[in-house]
Amino acid sequence: MAGFVIRRALGAVLLLVVTSMVTFAIFFVVPRLAGQTVDQLAAQYVGKDPSQAEIEATKVKLGLDQPITVQYGRFVKGIVAGREYSFGPSTEYCPPPCFGYSFKTQRPVWPDLVDRMEVTASLAFGASVLWLLAGVSIGVLSALRKGSFFDRAAMITALAGVSLPIFFTGLLSLALFLPTGVSYVSITDDPLAWAKNLLLPWITLAFLYAALYARLTRAGMLETMGEDYIRTARAKGLPERIVVTRHALRATLTPILTVFGLDIGLLLGGAVLTESTFSLPGIGRYAIDAINNNDLPQVLGVTMLAAFFIVVANLIVDLLYAVADPRVRLS
Amino acid sequence: MTSPLDVPETATQAQPEAVLAGAGRAIEGRSLGQIAWLRLRRDRVALAGGVVIVVLILAAIAAPLLTRITGGSPTDFHQDLVDPTFSKPKGEGTFAGFSWEHPLGVEPRSGRDVFSRILYGAQISLLIGFLATLVSVAIGTLMGIVAGYFGGWVDTLISRLMDAFLAFPLLLFALALAGVIPDRAFGLSGNTLRIAVLVFIIGFFNWPYIGRIIRGQTLSLREREFVDAARSLGARGRWVMFKEMLPNLAAPILVYSTLMIPANILFEAALSFLGVGIRPPTPSWGKMLADAVPFYSVAPMYLVVPGLAIFVTVMAFNLLGDGLRDALDPRAR
Repeated sequence: MAGFVIRRALGAVLLLVVTSMVTFAIFFVVPRLAGQTVDQLAAQYVGKDPSQAEIEATKVKLGLDQPITVQYGRFVKGIVAGREYSFGPSTEYCPPPCFGYSFKTQRPVWPDLVDRMEVTASLAFGASVLWLLAGVSIGVLSALRKGSFFDRAAMITALAGVSLPIFFTGLLSLALFLPTGVSYVSITDDPLAWAKNLLLPWITLAFLYAALYARLTRAGMLETMGEDYIRTARAKGLPERIVVTRHALRATLTPILTVFGLDIGLLLGGAVLTESTFSLPGIGRYAIDAINNNDLPQVLGVTMLAAFFIVVANLIVDLLYAVADPRVRLS
Repeated sequence: MTSPLDVPETATQAQPEAVLAGAGRAIEGRSLGQIAWLRLRRDRVALAGGVVIVVLILAAIAAPLLTRITGGSPTDFHQDLVDPTFSKPKGEGTFAGFSWEHPLGVEPRSGRDVFSRILYGAQISLLIGFLATLVSVAIGTLMGIVAGYFGGWVDTLISRLMDAFLAFPLLLFALALAGVIPDRAFGLSGNTLRIAVLVFIIGFFNWPYIGRIIRGQTLSLREREFVDAARSLGARGRWVMFKEMLPNLAAPILVYSTLMIPANILFEAALSFLGVGIRPPTPSWGKMLADAVPFYSVAPMYLVVPGLAIFVTVMAFNLLGDGLRDALDPRAR
C-alpha cells in the first residue's frame, strides 16, 4: 500500500510539473511562434507609448531578458523555496509558495489567490451538496421506475439541463429573481447573508450537475439492477428496499463518487463561467481578469492552483478507490 | 441470392414453410446499418432532433438568402429603432422592437437585426462545432487505435498522455491560448484566424475523451477471430488497424461524434461569452449573450433569443446522439 501511495503521489507531482511547463510554453513559446517579439510583450507592461529605454528596463525588471529556461527555473524555485525580489534599493522576500508579483498591479499573486479561495470554495461545496442529493435520488427513482411518466419527465429535464449553457441559465435566473445581482458576503461576517446571496448561484450550478448526475446514476443503476447478484439477493428473500439500498445503490455510487471527486477538484480551481455570470470575486473571476490583462504571473499562478486541485482530487479518488474496491490491484 | 419464387399473392399467408424455402424478403440478412436505421426510425424523439439539425444547417447555409428576404443585414445599425435615453429597442412590452423587418427584434444600443445575427451566428457555431469535432475524432481515433492495437509501452505512453490531458484545467488553458494569439499569425488574420484557433484549441483539448473509448473498443476487437484471420493471411499492423478494425469502429465514432458536437458548440459559446472567441462585428451566440448582460432587465428578449438558439441546437444534437447510441449499441438497452 505504501508503495502504491508513493507511486501515485510521484505521478501527481510529475503531472504538476508538466502542467507548469505547458502553461509556461503557452505564454512564452506560442506567442513567439505566432510572431510576437519580447519587446512587444514587455511594452504591454510599461504604459502608453513606451520608449525603447523603458522597454529594456521593464525587460530586466520582469526577467524577460533571460532565456526561457532560466525564467522557468526561477518560477519553479519561487514555488518550492521562495525567492527574493529587488525593487530598486530595497529587496523583498516572497515566501513559498511564491508565484511572483503581478506585472500590471505589482501585487503579490499568492495572497490574492488565497483571499479569493473562500468564494470559490463556498460556491463549490454549497452547490455540490444540492446536486449530489438531487441528482442521485432522481437517478435512482428514474431507474427503479423505468419508462414511467416520472422517468421520462426527469430524463427530458436532465437532457435539457445538460443542454443549457450555465451562463444562460444564470443570467436568466438573475433577470427573473434577482435583478439587482449577487453580492458576496463572507461566511465569517454573516452566515445568513452568505447563504442568501449564494442561493441562486448554488441552484444554477447544481441544476447543471444534477442533470449530469441523474443521467449517470440512472444508467449505472439500470446496469447494476440487471446483475446476477441482484437476482441472487432477491432469490434469497431479501426485501426490495434492502436489495436496492445495500446491494444496487452501493455498487452504483462508487463510480459516481469518482466523478464527484474530480468535479469538485475542477470547480475548486475556479468556476469560471458561474463566477463571471454572477460577478462573484472567486478564483475563476481572477483567472478571467488575469487572462484579459495578459498578466503572466497571475495566469501562471491561477493555472497552477487549478491544476493542483485537479491532481489532488485525482489522487484522493484513486487512493479511496484502492481502499474501497478490492478488485483494484496495487502492484 | 436465389431469385424470388413466382408465388401468387395469396400464398404469403402460409408462413413457416415459405420461410424455410427461402421465399420472400423475410430471411434477407440485415446489415448493422440497416438494423440501426430501423431502430432509429422508431425513435421519434431522436428523429425530431435530426430534423431540427437539418433545418438549422440549411438555415445557416441559406443565411444570406433568408436575410435578404427579411431585409436585415447582421451588421447594419438601426439607431432610429433604439430609445436614445435607455438604449433599449423602442416600443412597449417584452417584444419591443419585433417587426416584420426584424422578426426577432433589434439589439439594444446599436439596433442591429437580431434575426440575421442569429442566422449568421449559427454558421459560426455549427462550423466550429463540426470542425473541432473532426479534429478531436481524427486525433482520438488514431491515438486510440494505435494504443489499443500495439499495447505495451505504446499503450502506456498514450494512456498516460490522455490522463495528463484530462488533468489539465482545460477551460483556463483554452482561454489563455485564445487570449495570447495575436490578431495576425501563421499567415492568417481576422476571423479566419480566430475560427482556426478556436477549432484547434477545442478539438485538440478534447481528443482524449474519444481516444479512451476507441482504445477500449480496439482492445476487445483485437481478440476477435477476423483480426486473427487477417494476420494469418499476412496482413501488417497498418492494414489490420485501418482496413479491418476501423470499419468496425464506425458505430462508436459516429455516436460519440454526434455527442461531441453539442459539447463543442457549448465550448465555443463559453469562450465567446468570456470574450476570447470570435471578434465583432461577426456575430456569435456566446458573444450576443455577453452583450445582453447589461440589458437583461430592460431588453430581456435579447438575452432569451441567443440563449434559446444555443439550447435548441445543443438539445437537438444530444437527442440525436442518445438515439444513435441506443440504436447502434445493442447493450445500451
